[in-house]
Amino acid sequence: MRGILAASLLGLSLTVSGLAQAEPVKIGVITTLSGGGAGLGVDMRDAFTLAMKQSGNTDVELIVEDDAQKPELAVQIAEKMIQSDKVDLMTGIIWSNLAMAVVPNTVAQDVIYLSPNAGPSALAGANCNKNYFNVAYQNDNFHEAMGQYANKDYKKTFILAPNYPAGKDSLTGFKRYYKGELAGELYTQVGQTDYAAEIAQIRASGADSVFFFLPGGMGIAFMKQYAQSGVGIPVLGPSFSFSQDVLPAIGDAALGVKNSASWSHDLDNEANKKFVEAFQAEYKRLPSIYAAQSWDTANLILSAMSKASVKDKDAFRAALKAADFQSVRGEFTFNTNNHPIQNIYVREVVKEGDVLTNKIIGTAFEKHGDAYAEQCKM
Amino acid sequence: MSAALLIEQLLNGLQLGVMLFLIAAGLTLIFGVMGLINLAHGSLYMIGAFACAAVAAATGSFWIGLAASLAAAAAAGALMEVVIVRRLYERDHLDQVLATFALILILSEGTRWIFGSFPLYLDIPPLLQGAVPLPGGGQYQLYRLAIIGVGIVVAIGLYLLISRTRLGMRIRAGETDREMIAALGVDIRTLYTVVFALGAALAGLAGAMVGALQSVQVGMGEPALILAFVVIVIGGIGSIKGALVGAVLVGIVDTMGRFLLPKLLALALPASQANMVGAALASMLIYIVMAMILAFKPRGLFAGHG
Amino acid sequence: MMAGLSREKTANIVLALLLLGVPLAAVAAGEPFYVTLATRIVILALAAIGLNIALGLGGLVSFGHAAFFGLGGYVAGILATHAFNGETVLFGLPSTTSMPVIWLVAVVLCGLVALPIGAISLRTSGVYFIMITLAFAQMIYYFAVSWPDYGGEDGLSLYVRNTFPGVNTAQPLPYFLVCLGVLAAAVCLFWLLRGSRFGAALEAARQNTTRLSAVGIAPFNIKLVAFVISAMVTGLAGALFADLNRFVSPSMASWQMSGELIVLIILGGKGRLFGPIAGAIVYVLFEFALGGITERWQFFLGLMLLGVVLFARGGLLGLVAGRARHD
Repeated sequence: MRGILAASLLGLSLTVSGLAQAEPVKIGVITTLSGGGAGLGVDMRDAFTLAMKQSGNTDVELIVEDDAQKPELAVQIAEKMIQSDKVDLMTGIIWSNLAMAVVPNTVAQDVIYLSPNAGPSALAGANCNKNYFNVAYQNDNFHEAMGQYANKDYKKTFILAPNYPAGKDSLTGFKRYYKGELAGELYTQVGQTDYAAEIAQIRASGADSVFFFLPGGMGIAFMKQYAQSGVGIPVLGPSFSFSQDVLPAIGDAALGVKNSASWSHDLDNEANKKFVEAFQAEYKRLPSIYAAQSWDTANLILSAMSKASVKDKDAFRAALKAADFQSVRGEFTFNTNNHPIQNIYVREVVKEGDVLTNKIIGTAFEKHGDAYAEQCKM
Repeated sequence: MSAALLIEQLLNGLQLGVMLFLIAAGLTLIFGVMGLINLAHGSLYMIGAFACAAVAAATGSFWIGLAASLAAAAAAGALMEVVIVRRLYERDHLDQVLATFALILILSEGTRWIFGSFPLYLDIPPLLQGAVPLPGGGQYQLYRLAIIGVGIVVAIGLYLLISRTRLGMRIRAGETDREMIAALGVDIRTLYTVVFALGAALAGLAGAMVGALQSVQVGMGEPALILAFVVIVIGGIGSIKGALVGAVLVGIVDTMGRFLLPKLLALALPASQANMVGAALASMLIYIVMAMILAFKPRGLFAGHG
Repeated sequence: MMAGLSREKTANIVLALLLLGVPLAAVAAGEPFYVTLATRIVILALAAIGLNIALGLGGLVSFGHAAFFGLGGYVAGILATHAFNGETVLFGLPSTTSMPVIWLVAVVLCGLVALPIGAISLRTSGVYFIMITLAFAQMIYYFAVSWPDYGGEDGLSLYVRNTFPGVNTAQPLPYFLVCLGVLAAAVCLFWLLRGSRFGAALEAARQNTTRLSAVGIAPFNIKLVAFVISAMVTGLAGALFADLNRFVSPSMASWQMSGELIVLIILGGKGRLFGPIAGAIVYVLFEFALGGITERWQFFLGLMLLGVVLFARGGLLGLVAGRARHD
């Protein structure tokens, strides 16, 4: 039996470099590569490996494993990477609930974790950790931005999100900055696919706008049904339901929707141009925001590697915290709680030729941090 | 709350119910005739949706896609029956559960292998876009009305098929006495394959029609499967009539629960808490209803052959 | 027949030795992860043994045992979280990080919850029983997802593993041995139940309800007791699982988890003493090894399961030992 295990272990190691050197930096990547949520994980992994490849750095060894979007499986893989592969760094998790399963125990064992997506509030405040770096966003950020943006044009917004922690964070974040009146507030079922009942209530509520947070298939279903219903009240949302991975599935129903994100493929900076070109050339598709965040994560790691040895944890953490890399999001620094301070943009879904994508139409926040940083004693 | 909104929500519940009926009809038919628990029924539903989306994208026509979904699901069903399922009829339910659970894994990953990891696009056909006015000032989406129509046609069609045709006579005979029908010289193997393909085609049809409303992605079949099981158990396993009644009941209870529970609780609780608790209760509601029905009618509303 | 039984016994002994020996060897070889993997196997086997009491002995196919697995997990998570924060639980009851106390609470709570669920579910039989147990589990699942106090869908992290008197549970091997001890006790319980008068009555209730009623034993009560004991054992496994992962979430109570528990039993061999153990070993190792080789691992896992159903009737142990007495 041990023979099988040893053989399979050899099978998993995906060495990016041709020449493995004496002591490479081992990075464990746990992400979702099978099942309905695999699209996000595939984008994450593809951008990460591409960034490593392009850097030409031969000191990196990647170990990539599929969590199948199951928290218990993610925990098991994390234990394996820490105890058996003895990784120096970990990254890759897409979903908040998987991050909550893996991150606390990983950082407690003095392994550095860098989040390429998902920033649950529970990890940003009092439970922040010097080994936890969030390179993506704090979960409330995009919703806060949409609340801020809604003040400009709307006075009576109808808001809805799934009935789970990220959904509640979302509506809390929106309400933190939104000053108008709420036409209604709804919590939908996790995994719900039919929104006829909710859309009927939106129609009857007299709202002047709708804000929703419904990630994955839920958002696709809602947007299609909303457009088909002909309600026609303007829609606002965080970028998750209008990201490059789901836009083709929603189709023209998404055109004109305003959504908030820290990145867009048309963001005008050198690093971003290089990233979008490289990603399109390699994979023949436009990158999503998950790919962008993952690309940044990889480059952040590379920047820290050039400054400090990963074995010297204090020096390496300091090098990470300096965030001395060219972010595709433009200006990027870390807050006191190791979460980003960055601009949050408002984008609009447009058609470029035959391809649905986003274009930046404004900035909701400049150098925006999060509401939990002050509770973090680090 | 206006009467128009209430009527619209009732229609929404009816439409959700009819959609569930289309999935559940095949499941209950297969169980009634062959005594097989088919967990992979949700995968046939998924295959229908993917076939419709892929063909509609290639040809530009939803209707060709719809035909393709029927064909693809029926073919997949027949293939499944001949290669694997046929060996399971004489086994106990547990073996059937394990084998069809394995089929879910194979079909889900197989579909992702062919179509990739990203959801596919499928929209309702231009002919069925738009809405029709309702009495009382509201309006209702044409496509959803069409789904209700298709559900009614399928229900009548199944009724006629089973009560009026030679195939139906054999199905009825197969339900009551398998040895008997074999002794009468009916080719039971072909009959089973035909019934399985028919059930699969119904699931595929549901998948294609729902695919235009929802997200066509891997994993879409399992939530639908669980709901379909709830429906056929409430209705009485093996009974088409039971599946229809159960489906409409589940559709209306679920929709009205989501709509009314937060409003009812708001009378007693602060608004945002009422929303949260109401949503939580609404998600449990159909299972509560199912447990209550089974507690009093242990074999469902229209006790079948289970 | 005798040869078959003794072959099953040989297989059991081999499995028991493997379960104890491989982790010890792993520690000696400086590979503590395999101890963690073995602990996962042991705990899943324990959960499946619990289900096997209802399913294998009583013929009660519960598609909702993940509810008890999750419930046990939440008992461990909730008690430990409150203890970590120095708070009391409901109504001023003390919180604790002591495993024996947590186990007791988990077992009692699962028994109390299983009693009404069993009493209602046992009014039905066959496929209806499968589905009504699923319905109850779904209620508990959705409750856990939407109940905000203990993390909802995000679940609940335990910052430190709970304690067991005289054992350093933070280390993989001592915790493994604790779990293995519990598993051994559960195997004994299953063996005793199967051989007891209660087991004989349960067997009779499974095969012929009317005959049993005729001799004055109420089959309903016997089945209910079996269902409750079964839920208690699975709940205990849930508490151990929470401590292994230092994390508990609603996915422990999902219908996929219920399905996995059934799969473990059928894979190993239904109603057999070591069936769940054989099933858990093969399932977890397959998942682990394949997951490392290809992202399409679920496809091949499905093929393997299908192969077992079609060509190894009576599960893997049946393949080794021939058809069992009560198959």
